[in-house]
Amino acid sequence: MAKQRVLVIGGGLAGLAASMKLAELGIDVDLMSLTPVKRSHSVCAQGGINSVSDQTRQLGDSEWKHFDDTVYGGDFLQHQPPVKEMTEWAPKIIDLMDRLGVTFNRTPEGFLDSRRFGGTMYKRTAFAGATTGQQLLYALDEQVRRRESEGLINKFETWDFLSPILDDNGKCVGAVAQDIITMEIRSFRADAVLVATGGCGLIYGRSTMSMVCTGSAASRCFQAGAKYGNGEFVQVHPTAIPGADKLRLMSESARGEGGRVWVPRTPQDPRDPTAIPEAERYYFLEERYPAYGNLVPRDIATREIFNVCVNEGLSVEADRQCVYLDLTHIDAAELNRKLGGILDIYRKFQGVDPCYTPMKIFPAVHYAMGGLWSDYERTAEGGLQMGSPKNQMTNIPNLYALGEVDYHYHGGNRLGANSLLSCIFSGLYMAPGVETLLNNIDPGQSAEDQPQSLYDAAIDAQQQRHKAMLKEDGGENPYLIHQELGDVMTKAATVVRNNADLEKAYGTVSDLTQRAAKCSLSDTGNWTNQNVMFTKALQDMFPLAKTILKGALQRDECRGAHYKPEFEMPGLDAKDLGEKRKQAEVWCDKFEKNLDKFLKSTIAVCKDDGEPELSYEAVDTSLIPPRPRLYGLVGAEMIEEVWSERSAKKAEQPAESKA
Amino acid sequence: MIAQADSQSTPSSFTVKILRQDGPGQPSYWEPHTLQYEPEMNIISVLQKIAASGRSDNGKKVAPVNWDCNCLEEVCGACTMNINGRVRQACSALIDNLLKDSPDHVIQLRPMSKFPVIRDLMVDRSRLFRGLTKVKAWVPVDGYYDLGPGPRQSRSEQEAAYPLSECMSCGCCVEACPQYNKVELIQHNGESDEDFEKRKQEIFDKNFVGPHAISQVVLFNSNPTGKMNAPERLNALTEEGGIQLCGNAQNCVAVCPKEIPLTTSIAKAGRATTFNQLKQWFDR
Repeated sequence: MAKQRVLVIGGGLAGLAASMKLAELGIDVDLMSLTPVKRSHSVCAQGGINSVSDQTRQLGDSEWKHFDDTVYGGDFLQHQPPVKEMTEWAPKIIDLMDRLGVTFNRTPEGFLDSRRFGGTMYKRTAFAGATTGQQLLYALDEQVRRRESEGLINKFETWDFLSPILDDNGKCVGAVAQDIITMEIRSFRADAVLVATGGCGLIYGRSTMSMVCTGSAASRCFQAGAKYGNGEFVQVHPTAIPGADKLRLMSESARGEGGRVWVPRTPQDPRDPTAIPEAERYYFLEERYPAYGNLVPRDIATREIFNVCVNEGLSVEADRQCVYLDLTHIDAAELNRKLGGILDIYRKFQGVDPCYTPMKIFPAVHYAMGGLWSDYERTAEGGLQMGSPKNQMTNIPNLYALGEVDYHYHGGNRLGANSLLSCIFSGLYMAPGVETLLNNIDPGQSAEDQPQSLYDAAIDAQQQRHKAMLKEDGGENPYLIHQELGDVMTKAATVVRNNADLEKAYGTVSDLTQRAAKCSLSDTGNWTNQNVMFTKALQDMFPLAKTILKGALQRDECRGAHYKPEFEMPGLDAKDLGEKRKQAEVWCDKFEKNLDKFLKSTIAVCKDDGEPELSYEAVDTSLIPPRPRLYGLVGAEMIEEVWSERSAKKAEQPAESKA
Repeated sequence: MIAQADSQSTPSSFTVKILRQDGPGQPSYWEPHTLQYEPEMNIISVLQKIAASGRSDNGKKVAPVNWDCNCLEEVCGACTMNINGRVRQACSALIDNLLKDSPDHVIQLRPMSKFPVIRDLMVDRSRLFRGLTKVKAWVPVDGYYDLGPGPRQSRSEQEAAYPLSECMSCGCCVEACPQYNKVELIQHNGESDEDFEKRKQEIFDKNFVGPHAISQVVLFNSNPTGKMNAPERLNALTEEGGIQLCGNAQNCVAVCPKEIPLTTSIAKAGRATTFNQLKQWFDR
């Protein structure tokens, strides 16, 4: 029988988790990455990883509550079975990471320490200082290096994935890629191709994402026929440090450890922040959200910070939007022990010590909840079927998507410290499914059995593109076009969205698409040409940029990170109880109507001309019925009361009809 | 003209001199780029501006300077280079600070000298990672099935291990180390990629493994599970290219951007290897 191989593209948490699990199952893995895998973007994750623990359980927590927090925080847009399975696996994943030597912080008795993160009432987040992503990635990197030394994994670092290769039936049988050092273009035969290439933040120019997060790999799958889900859902993190080259993340763990967000009540108060008395500080998150305080879900914190600066004019500085994130009331030794990594980043890049001076922060694009559409097999209990080859498979047979690049788990908004979990979970969990797939490939149908002409044609197509780009002399500058794209996207499709701006942005992005095809390269050589590789990635940003804009344009509602003020459902303003009740009834009617219309995943396919075409897919909400997301809304109690009555009635109905 | 005495004053422009090289084995050459000063620049934003301009100072079309980078917040280790003679990450090298220390408003960028240049400021650091394989820098768990929690560890154990596990394989320590010498190999005519790779690794293994890898031995030998294979790692450190080559210059610890106590690790590993050798001798 032909030797079977799996190609994993991307060496972050998801790609590494899948690689090491596949290697354990005895499957040969080729692991491809743009950078040495140890330098992947997962290192930037700071705060921690969520899981129910023995301690939270005794405080009333459960896997189900973690599941519920994730779904409620995500505004019910995610299919529930994968989330349920993930939250059930979370404690096992923490145990495994602990065994792999991750240097999690410890309690005085030697157990794993934990902190509280946004969107939950439980201290559910295990952490390793404030470099948890780095520590987790290193643990997996070490296991992959171990398997590599055993000959089970073959690494192709500094290779850029250019396209999947499909056979005549549309099944993925490998990929074509380019060595970014030697510029060699070659094909890789593979019986399954796993795309684990992370987010697409560079579409927004500057974000909290690393320089490899262009979204080009996802776009290349999209252009080859893979569906893309919920593109318009892009998380804007509430707290980042503005910078000329990058917006550096300031972890939610800063608030998890007690950090408070505030602005002076006097606009642009010139005093040193530490000299401003308590009474003259506006702790706007704590005042507006007494239950969650500074730990409201990210989309809400982001909107409030944006609002306090842009609409209320209370930005700390006059010529730059920012608010204070204050840790100065906490003991410096404690801060350094638990948050050392992120405090160092602030000290190094801003030259100020956050232990003694409040930090200045502002929201920044951070995470793609949307991504390549992928499948799963549901069990009768509502979890996932272990070992099913459908888990994480895109609509292109044998092409998989996992980690941030897939559209599952986070719905309309991701909770902090759930991404490390979803990346490791999706990688570990899907590997046995790939094994099943390989075991069921008919003799003569392996990638090894495919005709060479199929692969040669794929190489040839990429060589044509490469040569044409080197020759192109249209006068455009790829770096400037990238800046323009970033500006347009940041303005139209981040915190606050409206249809007029989105439509205009779509037009501008279409123009930029044309111009990006006419880039004159300043480097036309054939050795380590970063100029041409960047331009390729840039051109491939446009189909996704359009998908984000079009998805946002067509979604006339507010859900999670997608916020259109025009379609906001305000709270109740009636004083009189009867009147308030009436308002709540109307509110709930409207809410129900909106659910019918918009509680659907946006599914994009890429047409031949690079334009996205959208359709809508029902969301599996069979385990936790959707309910209004009421964090901090005026009149929330009354709406909740009306909604529970209605839900109770609905729950009775099937029983009555049976009788 | 007399230079401005006030180091606090910011110039309207400054010059970045870059030591470029078009490819392996090619001659290197200096290329100056003059840039307008803006607040909050770092070496990354400077290199981005140079790439976008596509021109040298004399208006000639030039290829963008090639350099490695990724996270831009000093946790990935990619953008290491020599900046004004000091090895460090380009992302955390802020122009304001660099100008304060360069009265002539000139900043010099050179690629790391201990690794083969691929192009411009980009070097091949695969030897760093080979060092991690040589010393088996991992916890050899039974597998990835659910086998319950890991061993309990005290807070002080975690606090000793955590700084060592922050090593991002950036290469600063080996760049500053007088015992770590450049190994640059050329693929022979007719030599297959696999054979070349094998030959490279054999030669890498004979040369000094470097402080970063020695420190990883200390990290994994202190892990309750990793400890079980401590002798294997210590043996790797006493082979050719091992810890005996350390000349105790202590440059490594001075340049480590993560302030990892590398010399403490080397001292610990030194004692442990001696003890390990004696034990193996007595156990014979």
